[in-house]
Amino acid sequence: MSSGELPGPAPEERMRPEGRRNEQGIRIDPEAEATHQPRMAVLSALVEHEPGVLAEVSGLFSRRQFNIESLTVGPTTDDDIARMTIVIEEAEPGIEQAKKQLEKLVPTIAVEELKPEAMRRELALVKVRGEKPDDIQSVAEMYGGQAVDASTNAVTVEITGSKQKIDAAVEAFEQFEVEEVVRTGAAALERGAETMDANGHMSEE
Amino acid sequence: MSERAFHQDREPDPSTDAADEEDEADDAREVTTGAEAAIIALEEAGVDMAFGVQGGAIMPVYDALYDSDIEHITMAHEQGAAHAADAYGIVSGEPGVAMATSGPGATNLVTGIADASMDSDPMIALTGQVATDFVGNDAFQEVDTVGITQPITKNNYFAGDPDTLGADVSEAFALAESGRQGPTLVDLPKDASKAETDVQPVSPETPDTYHPPETADEAVIEAAAETIEDADRPVILSGGGVIKGEASDELRAFARKYDIPVITTMPGLGSFPETDELSLGMAGMHGTGAANLAITNTDLLIGVGTRFDDRLTGGVDSFAPDAEVIHVEIDAAEINKNIYADYPLLGDAERVLEQLEDELTDAPDADEWREQCQTWKDEYPLDYEAPEDEPIKPQHVVERFAEMADDDAIVTTGVGQHQMWACQFWTYTEPRTWVSSNGLGTMGYGVPSAIGAKLAAPDREVVAFDGDGSFLMTMQELSVAVREDLDITYVILNNEAIGMVRQWQDGFYEGRRMASEYQWVPEFDLLAESFGARGFRLEDHDEVEEVIKEAREYDGPAVIDAIIDPGENVYPMVPSGGDNGLFALSEKQLEGL
Ligand SMILES: Cc1ncc(C[n+]2csc(CCOP(=O)(O)OP(=O)(O)O)c2C)c(N)n1
Repeated sequence: MSSGELPGPAPEERMRPEGRRNEQGIRIDPEAEATHQPRMAVLSALVEHEPGVLAEVSGLFSRRQFNIESLTVGPTTDDDIARMTIVIEEAEPGIEQAKKQLEKLVPTIAVEELKPEAMRRELALVKVRGEKPDDIQSVAEMYGGQAVDASTNAVTVEITGSKQKIDAAVEAFEQFEVEEVVRTGAAALERGAETMDANGHMSEE
Repeated sequence: MSERAFHQDREPDPSTDAADEEDEADDAREVTTGAEAAIIALEEAGVDMAFGVQGGAIMPVYDALYDSDIEHITMAHEQGAAHAADAYGIVSGEPGVAMATSGPGATNLVTGIADASMDSDPMIALTGQVATDFVGNDAFQEVDTVGITQPITKNNYFAGDPDTLGADVSEAFALAESGRQGPTLVDLPKDASKAETDVQPVSPETPDTYHPPETADEAVIEAAAETIEDADRPVILSGGGVIKGEASDELRAFARKYDIPVITTMPGLGSFPETDELSLGMAGMHGTGAANLAITNTDLLIGVGTRFDDRLTGGVDSFAPDAEVIHVEIDAAEINKNIYADYPLLGDAERVLEQLEDELTDAPDADEWREQCQTWKDEYPLDYEAPEDEPIKPQHVVERFAEMADDDAIVTTGVGQHQMWACQFWTYTEPRTWVSSNGLGTMGYGVPSAIGAKLAAPDREVVAFDGDGSFLMTMQELSVAVREDLDITYVILNNEAIGMVRQWQDGFYEGRRMASEYQWVPEFDLLAESFGARGFRLEDHDEVEEVIKEAREYDGPAVIDAIIDPGENVYPMVPSGGDNGLFALSEKQLEGL
């Protein structure tokens, strides 16, 4: 209305409830502050092994602003199925949402969040200045790694392990001067006999 | 659901001896090329109309259409094709088909596909693509259609193999109409559609990985039913999913049986009759006072087929802050996306409502609450200044038209203030009578969507309320309405401005009207005449009825250029991210929020 005003009591004269919701739309105690703390979650997904799937999944995660730590993909024993391991850092509702959005993609066959104790490994290749190859080799051994290439000026070491272990190894190599690092991001599987079938059910064979 | 309808429609040809199956097989069109397979797949799915624009890469597909019974409506612009197909899908419940060539043809479809995606409208887009050998080479009219449309389709297909191309089209069709509906796209490289194949497309089926839920978990149903019985201030929020899921009748029965007030979302307009005593109208940014107060003060919100869009919720902190939430939804990803659901009921809306009904023994004891809701309805009527005032009030035009129109008339709109007045001052009583760009808010939706709606329901009255700005974005489609001789009444609520933006500038940018006022707009009545439509100029308040009457009586597209009060704004209003309970009734109140 240009000049007029609709009839009815003004905002401050209206019936008001007491409650409140947080950013995630969850009802909370109006007196208390309640935000969900982010945590790390490992999602394991079976997807159809076809062109464009990786773009679709990564596009989904970036478009919906999920905080990706790493995303790896590779073939499985079934030629038609690939497996992705996606590590995200999100508050609980974000993790739930990421999982459901991923499940919703048509090429997705199954998605599970792995338990915290799941096996998580990544591979790193670390290229180190090569003046003292023996010293480098002994540091590598400390982290269960090995030199896979050596020239007069550089040694490249391969390490597999948890993220923390690789972080620590890279830091240890700093004493020799690290020239380049490449890391794959996590690949993960549930411990024990548990496997994920094509319906997304975890079962002990 | 539509599959059934199709097969009923497709009456057996009496000349065929049904017993002689070989004969029938002979009658079936033989697949010769990929393009032919695509068209036969559409025919098998029951498609009888497609909207599109020709072009190099899609020519083989059009060539296959030449021998088909599928009617093709040539649109002036591919955006028009997408919106027309989208509206066709909304009104008919069956996927509308939009066709375009590669490159610019495909990119012109993008807005319409995104629009369908946001509103979960069933639609299938077929795009031409450069030959597979050229893909990736920046060939003439090449664009990565599959990549571009990935985030705005339910699924899309690069159909590079002539032998599976027909199956891709069938699957895309099935996917568009099942579960939570939405747009799908098949990209057809020219070499694949030209290539020879004799593979008959299979009948439409969704892929193995797609399992929309049907009925909700019994334990949650039991708990939800108990909560309903105990509620003091229950309210139903009926969304677009109720219409898409054909659950409108069930929802009406449910609300009336348990005497629960009903609010609709904008896409849910028509899912519950606004003439019913239990109706509180639409909630959200420009919703009614009663709806927004009820949604704010409820202790049990039963959301059905809604995704809790931010135009509905306002700021989530103040959205139904005292309420437990029952969320009936077919898409698991909508649960807890915006609003946490205490009782998630995943499944088909109609069936879940039945489940709830089976479980409920008592209606909630909510007499006082219903009285309160009624009080709000009386206290906060949608209103506007006395209609005798000059210049013409847009609300008056909408309201008078609604009174004169057929009960089952279909309303389509552009986006802006006129769209909100069409929400507020038209009375919706039936599903599939509101055809608008709810989620994406696409200006220019009105002209082509009215065409799609009319073609889907040729016997129903179609009215398009448009803004001068929105009309200018797709008015070329008027040529199609004229050519196809479609009896549509276009009403331009002309305020010589992109009015909704101007309203926000006045409210939130100290009246600095940057780029929101047109210095000049065409004379739309004359423009309509030059297209071959009937044009009316409506300037005088006393002529409102007469002009509407004449335009409605004209058998063909008519355009009313209604010169309205340029100062008129839309209220009530909840500022974006605001508190629904604190809606403003005037610009003055807006300042305090
Ligand atoms: C394609 C597109 N561009 C820009 C906008 C932003 N926008 C929202 S409402 C509006 C004004 C619409 O003007 P008009 O169609 O004349 O309708 P009115 O508000 O005047 O009724 C604009 C520019 C939009 N929604 N869609």
